[in-house]
Amino acid sequence: MKNHAFRILIVLLVLQPLLFAQSKGMVSIKGSRYIPLYGRDATVVEVKDFEMDMYPVTNADYVNFVKRYPKWQKSKGIKLFVDGSYLTNWKNDLELKDSEKPNSPVTYVSWFAAKDYCECQGKRLPTVDEWEYVAMADETTKDARVKPSYNEQILAWYEAPRSNENKIGMNPKNAWGVYDLHGLVWEWTLDFNSVLITGESRKDVDKDSSLFCGSASVNATDLMNYAAFMRYAIRGSLKAKYSMKNLGFRCVKDINKLK
Amino acid sequence: MKILKHIVFVLLIFVAFQSCNSDKKSKENITEVYQCPMQCEGDNTYSEKGSCPVCKMDLALVENNSKLAEDDRISEESIFNLTSTWHNEEGEAIQLKDLKGKTLVMVMIYTSCKAACPRLVADMRNIESQIPDEKIKNIQFIMVSIDPETDTPEKLKAFAKENFMDDAHWTFLQGSESGVREFANVLSVKYKEISPIDFSHSNIISVFNPQGELKHQQEGLGVDNKETISAIMEVTP
Repeated sequence: MKNHAFRILIVLLVLQPLLFAQSKGMVSIKGSRYIPLYGRDATVVEVKDFEMDMYPVTNADYVNFVKRYPKWQKSKGIKLFVDGSYLTNWKNDLELKDSEKPNSPVTYVSWFAAKDYCECQGKRLPTVDEWEYVAMADETTKDARVKPSYNEQILAWYEAPRSNENKIGMNPKNAWGVYDLHGLVWEWTLDFNSVLITGESRKDVDKDSSLFCGSASVNATDLMNYAAFMRYAIRGSLKAKYSMKNLGFRCVKDINKLK
Repeated sequence: MKILKHIVFVLLIFVAFQSCNSDKKSKENITEVYQCPMQCEGDNTYSEKGSCPVCKMDLALVENNSKLAEDDRISEESIFNLTSTWHNEEGEAIQLKDLKGKTLVMVMIYTSCKAACPRLVADMRNIESQIPDEKIKNIQFIMVSIDPETDTPEKLKAFAKENFMDDAHWTFLQGSESGVREFANVLSVKYKEISPIDFSHSNIISVFNPQGELKHQQEGLGVDNKETISAIMEVTP
């Protein structure tokens, strides 16, 4: 009997790390209040404490994911959730093309796929506010937006071609210990569709309606932050089923204090 | 032996807790059906690729849509693939696929809205009033709240009564925050909470056929409803 109890104990011990090791590869972010480029009425937004993946999700990670959840394989993604270019850089349902590296960030994924990926790991996508909050850090300062070098560096990346083919972790980590928020790929955010813009067809309501025209830039809080302008512009132009060559994602997790 | 059972039981519990529930919405049991493009043999279909025995043309894949009305299948584009749970104004828990079989006219609003929503609601009523009575029973007009925290079923019910939208063909839905976000993305509706009681949002009325496929979207406020109405008439049996 004792022997059996011991066995159960072993089983439980083996299983335990599976349940609680989810925060591996994540860093905790201390929340605060800050002024993003596009905030709410009061302009200051509050970000709660959370954990963020150190790296964007890689091709290799995604291969494991589609093995476990076949409905997200290249040929099986349904039209409601993915467009025609979903995983277009894959050879078949389970393999990347030979030119792709396993430790490059996964791209050509839709918002639905990214969201489900995170949820299947017990995580979620970061909100725009959370993502921007962590991304305003440079290597030494948590809010580096006032430094001219911060913007220059990001803009230099925006000019660099085909950075999506690079490997994760090649850029220095920022002050939070997070890699590659800038310099590799754009990333999906949970509420990317909260960026309201007026395209030629979407007629949005009242004052938030135009993000790009002169009138709208008055709403923006920091006219020098071109890089952020571009990120918001990209978000505003996306639809959830789109997949793009230079658009990947990473996940975050709420810190559950009750646990 | 009994202990072994226990271990298996414990393992099962762990697996149950760990597995991700979103696996359900896979599109299994969609079989491919081929047919001669000239329909030499009438409605005769084949389960494999090949050529027509009469005219020798290659068989073409039959669109699933034509088969849909007859059985439980839903197409890849159907919103019934969404598995989120909602509450209607009567407080009943439903999934979108429970709405299958009727034309769906949907709009996203929030009841505390003072600016655009009353006009959107007016647009919906305007559309409804132009549909002949015999069609109404095959149509469901659905208002989805983008403010699930405030818009409880009771609030939605009160709003429905206040606006004379309490008939059976009006439905109000409260979802979870993530369910609403996902649904908005299916409709390409953008919205943002700009203060605790106010949202900015796109004004889009969407028409779905009884299989849940998006057929038409009307954007903007107070625009001509003619196209929307003809889209509704077209897809409604």
